[in-house]
Amino acid sequence: MAHDTHVHVRSQAEFEYVKKKRAEEMRGHLATFAIMIFLTLIAFTMVAAGFSVYLIVPIILLLAGIQVVLQLYYFMHMSGKGHGMIAFFMFSGMFVAFITVLTFVTIIWW
Amino acid sequence: MSSIAQKKGFGATIWDFMTTVDHKKIAILYLMSGGFFFLVGGIEAMLIRIQLVKAGNDFLSAGTFNEVITMHGTTMIFLASMPILLAFMNAVMPLQIGARDVAFPFLNSLGFWLFFFGGIFLNLSWFMGGAPDAGWTNYASLALASEGHGIDFYTLGLTISGFGTLIAGINFLVTIINMRAPGMTYMRMPLFTWTTFVASALILLAFPPLTVGLFFMVFDRLFGASFFAVEMGGNTIIWEHLFWIFGHPEVYILILPAFGIFSEIFAIFSRKRLFGYTALVFATILIGFYGFMVWAHHMFTVGLGPTANAVFALATMIIAVPTGIKIFNWLLTIWGGNISFSVPMIYAVAFIPTFVAGGVTGVMQAIAPLDYQLHDSYFIVAHFHYVIVGGVVLAILAGTHLYWPKMFGTMLSEKLGKWTFWFFFLGFHLTFFIQHFLGLMGMPRRVYTFGADQGWDLFNAISSSGAILMATGVIILLVNVVMTIVKNERIGNDPWGDGRTLEWAIPSPPPFYNFAQTPLVRGLDTYWIEKMDGNKKGMIFAEPLGDIHMPNGSIIPFVISLGMFIASFGALYFMDGKPWALAVLIGGLTLMFASMLVRSLKDDLGFHITKAELLEDAKGGNTDGH
Repeated sequence: MAHDTHVHVRSQAEFEYVKKKRAEEMRGHLATFAIMIFLTLIAFTMVAAGFSVYLIVPIILLLAGIQVVLQLYYFMHMSGKGHGMIAFFMFSGMFVAFITVLTFVTIIWW
Repeated sequence: MSSIAQKKGFGATIWDFMTTVDHKKIAILYLMSGGFFFLVGGIEAMLIRIQLVKAGNDFLSAGTFNEVITMHGTTMIFLASMPILLAFMNAVMPLQIGARDVAFPFLNSLGFWLFFFGGIFLNLSWFMGGAPDAGWTNYASLALASEGHGIDFYTLGLTISGFGTLIAGINFLVTIINMRAPGMTYMRMPLFTWTTFVASALILLAFPPLTVGLFFMVFDRLFGASFFAVEMGGNTIIWEHLFWIFGHPEVYILILPAFGIFSEIFAIFSRKRLFGYTALVFATILIGFYGFMVWAHHMFTVGLGPTANAVFALATMIIAVPTGIKIFNWLLTIWGGNISFSVPMIYAVAFIPTFVAGGVTGVMQAIAPLDYQLHDSYFIVAHFHYVIVGGVVLAILAGTHLYWPKMFGTMLSEKLGKWTFWFFFLGFHLTFFIQHFLGLMGMPRRVYTFGADQGWDLFNAISSSGAILMATGVIILLVNVVMTIVKNERIGNDPWGDGRTLEWAIPSPPPFYNFAQTPLVRGLDTYWIEKMDGNKKGMIFAEPLGDIHMPNGSIIPFVISLGMFIASFGALYFMDGKPWALAVLIGGLTLMFASMLVRSLKDDLGFHITKAELLEDAKGGNTDGH
């Protein structure tokens, strides 16, 4: 509307700062990507090595959980500013779903 | 489009309400349709009490009685209490946070029309072969065995209206997170806004399990699935879990906004800041949080095993702690206040002992071994009427008196309001207090009659006579509403004289853009702070007067909901092999998706109110309160 468009020209210091930030972010992405590949390798190796099912299933579930967290925080930018409320609602929803599944598993299907 | 009020014909007014996306008009729609369903549910309640007035009565047949109790419960919870609370949330919450509308005005309208058509669909069952008859909890074994289409009306109707409620909940969440005026931090939000926020979060998390359960039920009954059919390898207990995972938070979805309304009333009519505001906020959040961990206390006698029963019993008892915190904070708000006993305050004061009584019987039922005695008896009926009527309905009646001037610009009569209160309040206790003892004497809930030799005659007769008093109270309220509308005496911004929050700083009813300039919030009880500082304008402005961007009205929400409504009839009669059923189902869905497509493809950029129009409005406006 009537508001004037604000044009901002970055100073040299700001430019350096942003560049450094982005480099750091990129390092984080690459490291996370490597970790995720490694976790996937562990999961496949475990199955290929033929360990007991009772060992494999919980560990794979645990690895899956870690993957989800890494995905959310490093690739979907949930660690960024202003995501607190979103994180709160996501975790509340996960908590409710977890309680529900836990109850179903323990008192209906056990 | 001009902002200056014009005289309109009847048809134009109807069209205006059908296409409106204004939160204040949608609030009026919610209030009117919720009020209508409240009367329908009330008539069903009267039928129940007439049937039970004496032993061996044959006023209603056993089958009709089952339909009446099912529809009474379903109507009162889904179609009366929730919509009326949504009406107050819509009318007041955006004003309290200094917003011009909710975040998604179009969705707000869609939410209303989905609820409305769902409610109409459910009630059409009376005229189309019989209402649902498996109780409002619709337990699966009973529901699957039910003949006719009653249960299908229940599942499809609640699916539609459930979508509407979910949409409303998400809309309020986004509104409160994103649209607070500058300075309105979370810990400066009025308590009604806080309870709206938490109740909306509960809607977001609790309605999906219900939708899943209803979907399973629809597929079991209409399309030959067997999620709950034990003989086919299904599990009937899963319905109970899904229903109560939704059903228990649902109770808090109802009671938290009620707590919010009472918190506002205590502060306004004691002329004091709320005692323990922070504690009240955290108690609200805690109640919402615990609400998801207690649902199995409705199922102690199902046979979950002693461990599960113990866990859920303990979790249930913990809820008494935050609720107790609230009760004490309200009492300490009144303590030493400059109290005026206007109608809303009378309701609020009466609410405390009534609700505590309901809470105490709740803790009794949380004791799992005792619950084996109380389960499915009239003690349970007495308990939940004490919390829902003694909590939610008293809040609805109080809120109607409190917010009527803000919604309609006229004042309900204090004198008739007091008559309503006394008839309703005394009638309520007469009806339900004695039902505790009927329960302890062994009267099971949901029985359509009883024998003369069982010793329940006198107490049932007393209970029924109380129901007549409650009905009288509601009729007086209706008379009050009609007289107020006819008299049409306009009032100023702050009719109670002691308003504390932003909604009382603007005209009643507010202009359709709410705030010509967005207010700047300097603390809790924003308007009160400005009043104490002698600010005649009632608020400090956060922006200069400028053009305001507003959304256009739209008939599309109505058409989308109508499409779902029509499709539901197709789904319902599909099972009977009616040749037209499939065509109706496809036709309805086509209408729905086509209107969604139109909405998606057609850009609607809204319109602007110019500064000149705002200045014109301000000349005729009343800004200093009296």
